[in-house]
Amino acid sequence: MDKFEKFTGVVVPLDRANVDTDAVIPKQFLKSIKRSGFGPNLFDEWRYLDQGQPDTDNSSRPLNKGFVLNDPRYRDGQILLTRDNFGCGSSREHAPWALADYGFKVIIAPSFADIFFNNCFKNGILPIVLESEYVDNLFRESDGETALELTVDLDAQTLTVAGGEKITFDVDPFRKHCLLEGLDDIGLTLEHSERIRAFEEKRRARAPWIFGE
Amino acid sequence: MSAKTLYDKLWEDHLVHTEEDGTSLIYIDRHLVHEVTSPQAFEGLRLTGRQPWRPDSAIATPDHNVPTLGRAKGIEDPVARIQVAELDRNCEQFGITEFGMSDVRQGIVHVIGPEQGFILPGMTVVCGDSHTSTHGAMGALAFGIGTSEVEHVLATQCLIQKKSRTLRVSVDGKLGSGVTAKDIVLAIIGEIGTAGGTGYVIEFAGEAIRSLTMEGRMTVCNMTIEAGARAGLIAVDDTTIDYLRGRPHAPSGDRWEAAVKVWRGFHSEPDARFDREVRLDAAAIAPQVTWGTSPEMVVPVNDRVPDPDSEQDATRAEGMRRALDYMGLKANTPISEIPVDHVFIGSCTNGRIEDLRAAAAVAKGRQVADHVVQALVVPGSGLVKRQAEQEGLDKVFVDAGFEWREPGCSMCLAMNADQLNPGDRCASTSNRNFEGRQGKGGRTHLVGPAMAAAAAVAGHFIDVRDLQGN
Repeated sequence: MDKFEKFTGVVVPLDRANVDTDAVIPKQFLKSIKRSGFGPNLFDEWRYLDQGQPDTDNSSRPLNKGFVLNDPRYRDGQILLTRDNFGCGSSREHAPWALADYGFKVIIAPSFADIFFNNCFKNGILPIVLESEYVDNLFRESDGETALELTVDLDAQTLTVAGGEKITFDVDPFRKHCLLEGLDDIGLTLEHSERIRAFEEKRRARAPWIFGE
Repeated sequence: MSAKTLYDKLWEDHLVHTEEDGTSLIYIDRHLVHEVTSPQAFEGLRLTGRQPWRPDSAIATPDHNVPTLGRAKGIEDPVARIQVAELDRNCEQFGITEFGMSDVRQGIVHVIGPEQGFILPGMTVVCGDSHTSTHGAMGALAFGIGTSEVEHVLATQCLIQKKSRTLRVSVDGKLGSGVTAKDIVLAIIGEIGTAGGTGYVIEFAGEAIRSLTMEGRMTVCNMTIEAGARAGLIAVDDTTIDYLRGRPHAPSGDRWEAAVKVWRGFHSEPDARFDREVRLDAAAIAPQVTWGTSPEMVVPVNDRVPDPDSEQDATRAEGMRRALDYMGLKANTPISEIPVDHVFIGSCTNGRIEDLRAAAAVAKGRQVADHVVQALVVPGSGLVKRQAEQEGLDKVFVDAGFEWREPGCSMCLAMNADQLNPGDRCASTSNRNFEGRQGKGGRTHLVGPAMAAAAAVAGHFIDVRDLQGN
C-alpha cells in the first residue's frame, strides 16, 4: 500500500444520508475477480442514465448531468463529503476499491457504517468523522462557483481550507500509523505467529471439537 | 470483577494479544467463503506465497452468482462463470472443503453453515459477507468482513479488532399469533434505526426471543447488520443444543457431552451491565412492511405510508421524499392498498425450511393473483429444497402459481438472472430494500415469508392474520 501523504484536493459534496455500498458499486460489477478497474462504475446507477454492465466501455454512456460526479466543478475530486451512516449495507470491499480507483483519498461524514469504515483503511482511504456542524459548513462552502479545496494532513490530523480555517480530526493511532507508513496488516500479524500458535494449542486443549480430527 | 456479558466471554476466549491502545488480535474459529468476496484474497495469498493457516477452519460454496434455473447447463453469464470456476480452483489449490454447484449441500453460506453444524456455540465466525451476523443465533461471535480481512484470516487465522460496545435489545412478553421473527427484527430496526447499532454488538434477549426456534433466531441475528451492528448474539439454551445434536460437523459421543457442558456457559450473567439497553413489547408488534429504501423505513401492515411533511429533521425529510419518489408512492397511502407485481421468497434471512412451510401454509389452496408477473420461491440450500420436496411444499407452491427454483442468493441481491426491471414492485423476504438492490429501478418491500405469500395471492399487501383466520 502507498504511504498516505499530505495533499490538497477538491471536495465533492454528495448530500445524502445512508448511502449504501450497493449504491457505491452495484452488484453486477462484483463478478470481477480483480481489485482494480471499478472507478468508472463508482455510483453507477446515479452517475449514468443507462444500466451499466461489467467489461464494457463507459466513455460513451449517457451521463446523469444532475449527479455531483458529473458536475464540472468537482472534476478530479479527491475528497468525498457526505452525510450520516455512509457505506451501510453490504461488506463488499469493492466499494472502497471503486472509490480509490476513481481517485478519492478521503471521505468526510458525520458517521460511517462499521464494516465500510474498516475496509477503507485497508485500501489507503482515510475516512474522517466530523461533527454535523462542521459537515454542514463544508457543504455550504463547497457549493460556490468554484469548488472548495482542502489540505489534508494526516500526520497533524488537520483539514485546512485554502487561506482559511483549520479543523482537527480524530483517528485511531494504530490505523494512522499503518496509513502513514503504508503497512501491510498481514505482515504485522504474522510477526505474532508464535503467540497465535500458542493460543491455538491452548484452545485445542479446551475445545477440541473446533479442530479437525 | 464485574459480571460478564456473553460478548465479554466470547471476546476474552479469543484474545491472542492486546496492544496498549486496545488494538487486539482475536482468533477466528470458522471461516465461510463464497465466490464474490474471495478471489482477490486467494490471489493475494498467491502473490505473497502465503498458505492458509488452517484450511479445515473454512467451508466454501458458490451462492451469489449461481443460476436458479437450468443449472445442468452450467452458468451462461461468462463473467459469473469465471468467478465460480475461480472458487473451485482456489479451494482445490488451497485445500478448502467446497460444496460445489452440483452438490446437494450447496446453498447460501449462512444457511449451510448452521445446517452442517459447522457453526457451534462459543466460536468466532467470519465471512466476506455482512449477513454473517446470522450465526450469532448459535451463541457465536460472528461478523462480516471485507476481502482484505478474508485474506488476513486465511493467512493468519486472526483479525485485528478493538472491542465493541454492548447493546441489549429485550423483546418482552409473547408475540401475537401470525407475527414472526422477521417482524421482530424489522420492528427493532424501525425503533433504533439503520445506524442505531453502529459500534455495538447487539445481544437479543427477552421472552419473545427465547421462544423463537433456531431458524427464527437466525432471521433476527441475520438482520442485525441492517441496524448497523456487525454482530448479533443470542444466549445458548436447550433450543440451541437440540438444534445442533446430530448435525454432520457437530461433535458426537463424549466430545458432545463435554462440548454441551461448555456451551451452557455462553450467556450473559444476570447482573451483567450493557452500555445501552432497548426494550420492546412483543405484544405490540404487528406484521411489518417496509415502504422506503432503507430497512428503517418500516411500518405495521395496518398503517399508512408516512408523510415527510410531518418530519422535523430536514435531512431525514429529504431522504423520505427521495425514497417515496423512487418507490413511486404517495404519503398517507394505506399499506394494504399498495399492489405488488413480483414476489420473492428466499434469502439468508428467510430461505429455511420453516420459512417455506409458513409461506406454503398461506399459498395452499389459493392462487397467485393474475397481475402478479412472477412469484419466486428459492430454497436456501439443496438440503432445504430436498426437505421441502419431501413434505410436498414444492407442489403446493407450483399449484398456487409460484415458481420453484434451485438454491442460492437469487433475487435478494440480483447478481444472477433473477432481477426486477425498472418500476417492478416486489414483496420480498430478503433483507435490503436499497435503491436498485433487486435490479435497477426495482422497488422492494421487505416482509416475512407468510406476508409475502399473502401479498402474492391478494395481489397487494394484506395482513396475513386475516387469511390465517386469527
